[in-house]
Amino acid sequence: MSVQTWTYFLVGLTFALYIGIAIYSRAGSTKDFYVAGGGVSPLANGMATAADWMSAASFISMAGIISFAGYDGSVYLMGWTGGYVLLALLLAPYLRKFGKFTVPDFIGDRYYSKTARIVAVICALIVSFTYVAGQMRGVGVVFSRFLQVDINTGVIIGMIIVLFYAVLGGMKGITYTQVAQYCVLIFAFMVPAIFISIQMTGNPIPQLGMGSTLNDGSGTFLLDKLDGLSTELGFNEYTDGSKSITDIFAITLALMVGTAGLPHVIVRFFTVKKVKDARKSAGLALLLIAILYTTAPAVSVFAKTNLINTVSDEEYSSMPVWFKNWEETGLLSFDDKNEDGKIQYVADKTKNELTIDNDIMVLANPEIADLPAWVIALVAAGGLAAALSTAAGLLLVISASVSHDLVKKVFKPNISDKAELWVARGAATVAVVIAGYFGINPPGFVAAVVALAFGLAAASFFPAIVLGIFYKKMNKEGAISGMVVGIVLMLFYMTKFKFGWFGGGTPADWWFGISPEGFGSIAMIANFIIAIIVLQFTPEPPKDVQEIVENIRIPSGAGEATGH
Amino acid sequence: MSEKQKKATAYWKENIRYLFILMAIWFMVSFGAGILFKESLDTIKIGGFKLGFWFAQQGSIYVFVILIFVYVRLMNKLDKKYGYDE
Repeated sequence: MSVQTWTYFLVGLTFALYIGIAIYSRAGSTKDFYVAGGGVSPLANGMATAADWMSAASFISMAGIISFAGYDGSVYLMGWTGGYVLLALLLAPYLRKFGKFTVPDFIGDRYYSKTARIVAVICALIVSFTYVAGQMRGVGVVFSRFLQVDINTGVIIGMIIVLFYAVLGGMKGITYTQVAQYCVLIFAFMVPAIFISIQMTGNPIPQLGMGSTLNDGSGTFLLDKLDGLSTELGFNEYTDGSKSITDIFAITLALMVGTAGLPHVIVRFFTVKKVKDARKSAGLALLLIAILYTTAPAVSVFAKTNLINTVSDEEYSSMPVWFKNWEETGLLSFDDKNEDGKIQYVADKTKNELTIDNDIMVLANPEIADLPAWVIALVAAGGLAAALSTAAGLLLVISASVSHDLVKKVFKPNISDKAELWVARGAATVAVVIAGYFGINPPGFVAAVVALAFGLAAASFFPAIVLGIFYKKMNKEGAISGMVVGIVLMLFYMTKFKFGWFGGGTPADWWFGISPEGFGSIAMIANFIIAIIVLQFTPEPPKDVQEIVENIRIPSGAGEATGH
Repeated sequence: MSEKQKKATAYWKENIRYLFILMAIWFMVSFGAGILFKESLDTIKIGGFKLGFWFAQQGSIYVFVILIFVYVRLMNKLDKKYGYDE
C-alpha cells in the first residue's frame, strides 16, 4: 500500500475509534460534563493528562526546535516536565481536596470575592484561546501534507470531530478519548524513533542511542560527530548553547511555573476520587509524558545528523522524493545563491541556501530515514491525536468558564442543572468555531502568543493558588492585586518586545537580559511580592475562609467534586 | 489548641519538611546541574554524553519522575501515621 492509502486507513481508523468512545461515554449531568463524574482511575487520568498536555507543539514542533537550538532547546524539556513536580507537590492534592469544578472556582471561593473569580475567568479564557488556535492550525498542517487536502478543509474536519466529542461527551467523553489518543500518539512517536536509533547506532533505545557510537564502524560518538558537523558548517556546537545562563534560567522557570498554572491541566486532577489518587495520577502523567520527552532530544540528534549528511554539499538534482514533497508545502526551500547546483547549508546567512521549518524534523524524519510507508502514515495519525486531545481539553476549560463560572456563579445562580449543561454545550460550540477561525486565518503572532499563554499562567494563577494553600492569612486584596500586577506586567513586556508597542525595544533593552519568553518568572515574583505587601495593610480573611484552608491541608474526607 | 488541631499542625509540619527536601532536589538537578553548573559538569563525559548536557536533556526528567513517586510514597505513609488515609 502507498503512504497515502496507509494514511487514510490509519487516520480513518483512529477517528472512528474516538467517535465510538465519545458516543459510549456521553455526559448525562453537569458533573459528568465538568469532571467526568469524579470517578476516573489514576492510570486513566494519568494517560488523559499526558495526552491533554502533549499538544501539536510537543509532538510535531519540539524535537525540530531542539534540532536547531541544540542545548538551548533544553528549556522546553526541563520546563515542560519540571512543572509537573510543582503541580504534584504544591497544587494537585489540595485542589482535589477542595473539590470544585474549575480553577476560578477555587480562586473565587478561597478569596471570597466575585472580582477574584472574574479576574481568574478572564485569565483562563485568554490562556486557553491562544493555545487552542495553535492546535487547530496543527490539525490543518497535518491534513494538508499527508492527505493532500486544503489546510482550511483540514481545519474544518478537525473542528467537526472535536465538536462532536467535546460537546457530546464533555469531560467524560474527553477523558476516555484522550486515553486512546495517548496510546496512538506515543506509539506513533516511538516507532520511528526506535527504527532510526537502530539504523544509526544499533541501539534500540533512543535515549541510549543518543549517547552511543555510530553504526558505521568509525567508533565516533554520535554527539561528537554532530558537534563536529555543526562547527564545520559554522554553527555553535550542538551541545553548547548561544543563550545566556540568566535567560535559560528564566525561560525554564517560566515554563515550569506556567505548566503548573495551566487551567486545562489543573482541572484534570478534579476528576479522580481521592487526594491520594490525585498525587498518584500526577506521577503517572509525568512518567507517560517523560517517555516522549526523553525520546524527543534523541530524535533531534538523529534527524539533524541525518539531514546534514543527506543535503550538505550534495547536488540539488539528486535529492530524494521527500525533499520535493516538502518543498511543495513551503516548509522547505532551496535558493541556489552561488549557482553551483549544490546545497550549501551553513550558519552564514548570506551563503546559506536551505531554509527548513522546525516542524519538518518530526514529520519528515521517517521519510528522510527511508522507513516503511505505514510508519510515515502513523506519524500523521499521531500528530492529529496530539492536536485533537489538547484542543478538546482546552475547549472544555473555555466552556466551563462560561457556563459554570460566569453564568451559574455570577449571572444566574439558580439555573437548573439541565439548563447549565446546555449552556456548557453552547459555549463549547462557539469556542470551536472561534478556534477554527483562528486556525484558518492564523494571526501572524501565534508563536509569540503561545509563549504569552505560559507567561500569563505563571504570572497570574500560580502565585494566587500557592498562596491560597500555603499562606492561610492571604486575603482577597493581596491576591487580586498580585494577579492584576502580574498579568499587566507580563502583557506590557510581551507587547513591548514582541509587537513593538510602548516604544518597542531590541534584545539589548531587555530587563536583566531576560527575553519575553522568560519574563513570566519576573512577573510571577512581582505577583508574590505585591500580594504580600498589600496583605500587610488590609484586613485578614474571615474565619470560615481560614477554616477552608485548614481543611484542604488534610487529605482525608475529600468526598466528590461538587459545584455547589 | 484541641487534640485534633494539634494533630493537623504536626501533619502539616512534616509535609512541609518533605516539600523542602524534594524541591531542593528538583532545583539542583534542573537549575543546578542542567544550567548553572552545566559548563563544569560538561568536562565529565559518560559514554557519548557530556554530563551537564545529559542532565539538561535527559537526567533532570528522570529525576522529576522519581521525585513524584517518592513524594507519593512518603505522603501515603504520613497519611497512615496520622490516620488520614482512606
